[in-house]
Amino acid sequence: MQDSLSQAWLWWIPLLPLVGSALCGALHLATLRARKSDPSAKGLSAFAPLVACAAMAGALALAVRGFVDLRALAPSARTLLSTSWEWITIGNPARPWFDVDVALVLDPLSSTLTLVITGVGLLIHIYAAGYMKGDAGYAKFFAYLNLFVFAMLILVLSSSLLGVFVGWEGVGLCSYLLIGFWYEKGWPAEAAQKAFVTNRVGDACFLIGSFLLLRLFGTLDLADIVMRMKADFRLDTIDAGTQLNLSLAALFLFGGCCGKSAQLPLFTWLPDAMAGPTPVSALIHAATMVTSGIYLIVRLNPLFASSPTVMTLISAVGVTTALIGGSTALVQRDIKKVLAYSTVSQLGYMFLGLGTGAFAAAVFHLVTHAFFKALLFLGAGSVIHGMHEEQDMHKMGGLRKHMPQTFATFLAGAAALSGLPLMSGFFSKDEILAHTFNSGGVYYAFWIVGVLTAAMTAYYTWRMVALTFFGSERFDHHHVHPHESPALMTVPLMVLALLSVLGGVLGLPPVFHVAHVLDGWLAPVVEPGKAILAMHHPHEHLSHTVEWVLLGLGSAVALAFAHTGFHAYTRGAERDLAIERGAPGVAGFLNEAWTIDSAYSRLVVMPLRLCAFTVRFVIDQLVIDGLVNGSATAVKNIAGRVRGMASGQLESYALWMGAGAALISLWWMWS
Amino acid sequence: MNVPSEHLFFLSAGLFALGVLGFLVRRNVIVALMCVELMLNAANLAFLAASRSHSSPGALDLQGPVFSIFVITVAAAEAAVGLALVIALYRLKQSVETDSASEMKG
Repeated sequence: MQDSLSQAWLWWIPLLPLVGSALCGALHLATLRARKSDPSAKGLSAFAPLVACAAMAGALALAVRGFVDLRALAPSARTLLSTSWEWITIGNPARPWFDVDVALVLDPLSSTLTLVITGVGLLIHIYAAGYMKGDAGYAKFFAYLNLFVFAMLILVLSSSLLGVFVGWEGVGLCSYLLIGFWYEKGWPAEAAQKAFVTNRVGDACFLIGSFLLLRLFGTLDLADIVMRMKADFRLDTIDAGTQLNLSLAALFLFGGCCGKSAQLPLFTWLPDAMAGPTPVSALIHAATMVTSGIYLIVRLNPLFASSPTVMTLISAVGVTTALIGGSTALVQRDIKKVLAYSTVSQLGYMFLGLGTGAFAAAVFHLVTHAFFKALLFLGAGSVIHGMHEEQDMHKMGGLRKHMPQTFATFLAGAAALSGLPLMSGFFSKDEILAHTFNSGGVYYAFWIVGVLTAAMTAYYTWRMVALTFFGSERFDHHHVHPHESPALMTVPLMVLALLSVLGGVLGLPPVFHVAHVLDGWLAPVVEPGKAILAMHHPHEHLSHTVEWVLLGLGSAVALAFAHTGFHAYTRGAERDLAIERGAPGVAGFLNEAWTIDSAYSRLVVMPLRLCAFTVRFVIDQLVIDGLVNGSATAVKNIAGRVRGMASGQLESYALWMGAGAALISLWWMWS
Repeated sequence: MNVPSEHLFFLSAGLFALGVLGFLVRRNVIVALMCVELMLNAANLAFLAASRSHSSPGALDLQGPVFSIFVITVAAAEAAVGLALVIALYRLKQSVETDSASEMKG
């Protein structure tokens, strides 16, 4: 660990986007002022993307510098720490029992995520400069977007769980602001509220988990917790009570992750979050924010590894979510909804991997998913832009001739998502499935569901490609004239397409006889968890034959279902209509994400509404308002009777005074 | 001639009652002020009478006379302020009737 003062530059990684956000906000206010005199004035808002992109580029440059600095160190010493000040110290200052520093830590894990956030973030910022052009809130959008990046960087760089929570809430807030960016339309505001409220359930779990950790370890410092787990909490010496507390803490923290990372049972907000502008969906609801749950679990990997029950639960939740998300994406007509459910499903894969102890594999899938899902979202945005805000794929078709660049890059993203051989998604997904297969026991069942979901993934991905870019042109030619998006939007697509295709080199499987880059890079971070898992059940590596078989199976499933999905829909949307006619029950069930959302409406939202209704009309209007208004009315009535005494006649006042004086005198005389 | 003190108290009460009656009945502010003076003087008489009844030939009780001198002083100040108010009222309403100022009616 190096001298912490010399690492103060670390602070500029999150601070640059914060400064950018403040500047963009100022530009927005200046624009609003200019609009007072001229409603169509653009003001200074055209400078906002420049400011925001410059801030992102600066943050990316610093992130790269941090990465280079880290690489120069020995693997076990790869930590850069910058402590700024003591935030909270309670108790004896020499030996406080609660002590939180404001500090940033750059280690292999946070470095990886910082690179993804700033790198993909920069591309999305550039894209957004083109996508949001002409919007009334152009500068405001970049202010929110930069603020989000700031919060996200705080989340991954903070050294303590409390700092993580600050970022955790910050990204939640920015997600809320950006989902509801077009709040005038009505439904985006509702979607934003839904996202916020659903996340609150998870955040409460996060807090409870943090408190449990504080009670167990007396600290919220992440490195300290990991160290104490390694030193004091050996599985063979641990007592049952502590084990239970550890499991509970892990369980609650996982609950927090379920909220943020859209897992069962809290995933319903993510598809609705597509009400936000498409760059937001790409940045927040695909590439970065929704992966913070994965980050948290990898960060505290020894805690989770010490509780096999919770690990199995994580895998079970992950694979179930993957299945629900994947099957729902099969029948969606809205292109962004397909991608949203696909994101839910892919996040499920990551949790499946985490539950098997394949922490590095989960991060690998996180990184490749950030590339290809951001690419697909941006591509979808480009399509929506070119189609004049049309999102229904049944009203698209044949766009490959009109939007060749978007089409080519979208193909790359689709290939990666569906796991076509040698694409980035192929390697990361198969690594997770291989780890699942290797874990044995109940994990065989998870593996089968995982493969099934992979088949669905390939199917719906290529269904989407076929419906959008192939077949007959089903849109109204009089009103819609599809056109390629400007270079500002297509260049980021190309960069992301390159990353989606080549991202696999970060983690080639052992059978290729080359080093797994990400595995080696993250080894110092995930080693404590691995050590605890190894104590549980010794981990045997898969034989090369089995691995080849698994890889081959993965390729075959992906190719076969990609082919089926593609060819079923190149003619048009006939197959969808046939399904709806043939099995309306199944189609409806899938279309509504296994009717989980409507179940929530029925079981949670409606009773709460009823409760609120009762409280409003009975308790508030009847009891409380009754008390307040009643006392006011009583005072008024009494005053109305008494006011007659004040007649304005001097004599009557004198009479009352005299009478009063006489009464008092009499009272004195007789008492 | 030795007048009993009780008679003085009855005279004082009678004068006070006349003052009160005049204050309540008459509408003219100046008359009302005069009635107030009457009441004050009735009180003075009561003070002096009480003082006399408490005195013995060797020891005079001086509290009563002293109080009545205070009351006369205060009454002078009260008359000054009261008459100034009457002038102000007259300027405002062109009248010195108490009925003319009844804006404070509730």
